[in-house]
Amino acid sequence: MHLHRLEKIWLVFGISMLVVFLCVIGVAAFALGMQPPSGHSHSIDPQKVNETPPFDNPRLEQIGENEYNAYMVAYVFGYSPAKMEIPLGATVHFQITSSDVVHGFEIPGTNVNLMVVPGEVNHYTHTFTEPGEFLLLCNEYCGAGHEYMATTITVK
Amino acid sequence: MTQTAEQGFDRKDSRLVLAHILFAFASLLLGGFAGLLQGMVRGGVITLPAGIGYYQLLTAHGVLMALVFTTYFIIGFLYSGLSKTCGGKLLPAASKLGWIGFILMAVGTVIATIVILLNQATVLYTFYAPMKASPWFYIALALVVVGSWVSGFGMFYQYRSWRKSNPGKLSPLFAFMAVGTMILWLIATLGVAATVLVQFIPWSFGWVDTIDVMVSRTLFWYFGHPLVYFWLLPAYACWYVIIPKIIGGKVFSDALARLAFILFLLFSIPVGFHHQLMEPGISPVWKYIQVILTFMVIVPSLMTAFSIFGTFETAGRAKGAKGLFGWFKMLPWKDVRFFAPMLGMLAFIPGGAGGIINASHQLNGAIHNTLWVTGHFHLTVATTVALTFFGISYWLIPAITNRVLTPKLNRLGIIQTIIWAVGMLFMSGSMHTVGLFGSPRRTAYTTYQDHPDAVLWMPYHVAMAVGGVILFISLLLLAYNVVALLRSPKGYTEYPIAEASEEAGTTPRILERWGVWIGIAVALILFAYTIPFLDMLNDPTPGSKPWVTW
Repeated sequence: MHLHRLEKIWLVFGISMLVVFLCVIGVAAFALGMQPPSGHSHSIDPQKVNETPPFDNPRLEQIGENEYNAYMVAYVFGYSPAKMEIPLGATVHFQITSSDVVHGFEIPGTNVNLMVVPGEVNHYTHTFTEPGEFLLLCNEYCGAGHEYMATTITVK
Repeated sequence: MTQTAEQGFDRKDSRLVLAHILFAFASLLLGGFAGLLQGMVRGGVITLPAGIGYYQLLTAHGVLMALVFTTYFIIGFLYSGLSKTCGGKLLPAASKLGWIGFILMAVGTVIATIVILLNQATVLYTFYAPMKASPWFYIALALVVVGSWVSGFGMFYQYRSWRKSNPGKLSPLFAFMAVGTMILWLIATLGVAATVLVQFIPWSFGWVDTIDVMVSRTLFWYFGHPLVYFWLLPAYACWYVIIPKIIGGKVFSDALARLAFILFLLFSIPVGFHHQLMEPGISPVWKYIQVILTFMVIVPSLMTAFSIFGTFETAGRAKGAKGLFGWFKMLPWKDVRFFAPMLGMLAFIPGGAGGIINASHQLNGAIHNTLWVTGHFHLTVATTVALTFFGISYWLIPAITNRVLTPKLNRLGIIQTIIWAVGMLFMSGSMHTVGLFGSPRRTAYTTYQDHPDAVLWMPYHVAMAVGGVILFISLLLLAYNVVALLRSPKGYTEYPIAEASEEAGTTPRILERWGVWIGIAVALILFAYTIPFLDMLNDPTPGSKPWVTW
């Protein structure tokens, strides 16, 4: 099989670029800890979310100096707790599950973007370094009222 | 096997191909109308009359465009090429399987459309559990998939018979690509068939109480990514085999074209996790492994880009083009058969680059489920693939009906292509931009109680609606052109199949040993999926009961 000299150059260049891209995201993920939201197998019975700790009491809980756990439940068509005030500069560990269908959890202007899947708890950590009224919205179709499923998070 | 004006395209095969193409365009028109309305609703231009829901339209749009239009067009096109290159006509058994497939898919499409219109299946075309549609919706989808399998078997039969009666000969390149595409489809649809038959149908009838959501999502996305390559590969077949003939050139390299298709078969399936990067229940290591495999599937596209532009340059220089880029002007820009697919190829450059961003592990979080993603696939499938299919139709319909593409229709075709490209520039461009700002996909009109962020998105949503209107005008012109093609003067139209360039050397026979490649593809799938999937099965998440939330 004959490979044109220019094609060899093109492919070596192209594949090298792909390797560079993979290294950048790989180092960011595994060395710098910038992983996509995850949390391997933290299962929860979606029928019993409201009686399973900590989701029986959705809340923002301080666990250290300016560090918080946010236990949250997504449901049609809202989030619990409905409103949260977060101190400026706080690091928040979001832990969220759904009591019904699949939802989204997105804060535009940040990297917070999770799938909320019933039966699983999803995790993501974010540090709020800017003040403001942040929009929190559902970005996965969840039913007739999907476009109303949103709230705000106040950072100050 | 030259085709003469007297012979023409086989009459019986012509009926089979035409039935597929017309069915495809009918669903395109219907789905396009739904798209027009959605764009206007989201842009705040109109509100829907009582009873019709935005998400109902969105479901119809997705099912009719992404599943029905593409599958029908692809099967019709591939059958036409097999008839042309493998003996000049379809064998009776291949033709019969093609018709059985057509009917099964048509029944499925009709049932699905009815339950969507009855608002019993407003679950979008990805039908994520635990939203539960009418069981008939899932049965309809199963019929479409099984119908496409039967059609695929018909193609395999035609190809095998050709190889048996031509021992030792290399198969026609088009036939090779058709078979490769259908093998990919067959392996990929096993995932969606498994979740529909084993999980969704028993659960939606109430025979079992709950469904494992993570397992169903994983099986769906095992199918969902090769699905996009099932759309793309027939377009690539057109670029590799048809376009060189139209521009008066040759296939750049038969061997490299086949190798590209083999690489797609190997690497487009074990990559579904890059659609699930933001999900729980899958370890980041396995997500990253599938990200690497996803990047591998870019390589055959790089090869294709080189081959196609190599053909352009070689053909241009043979016609006397001078300088580094003189060949570019030599291309037949005024021929819609070239012009439409060419715009599609150009759109694939930003389209492919956007795809690399989407698949980039944690970077996916910047755009996941925003309108950026919608913009991405409107550039890839709805521009690259759709424009290539339009370009094909302008010669395929006349070729199989023994009519001619008149200069006037050619001109109308070019106008239709330009309108489509302009509409898509508005729509996909504003989707990409506003998606980066965070505007979510699959969401009806809302300003989130006039939140300042969301208010700033509105001008882009209006631009999307403008794009949608322009696209629908293009679609109406396309419908006119298709009807006009069916009534254009009788005559001979060539079915353009290019020959391979001899300079590229002989094709290694191993490329046609399907058993080897299917074996490697299965091994890669097992590597990428066995451990994370067994994790899901061994430590299952508690199941979900059905929900109807619309």
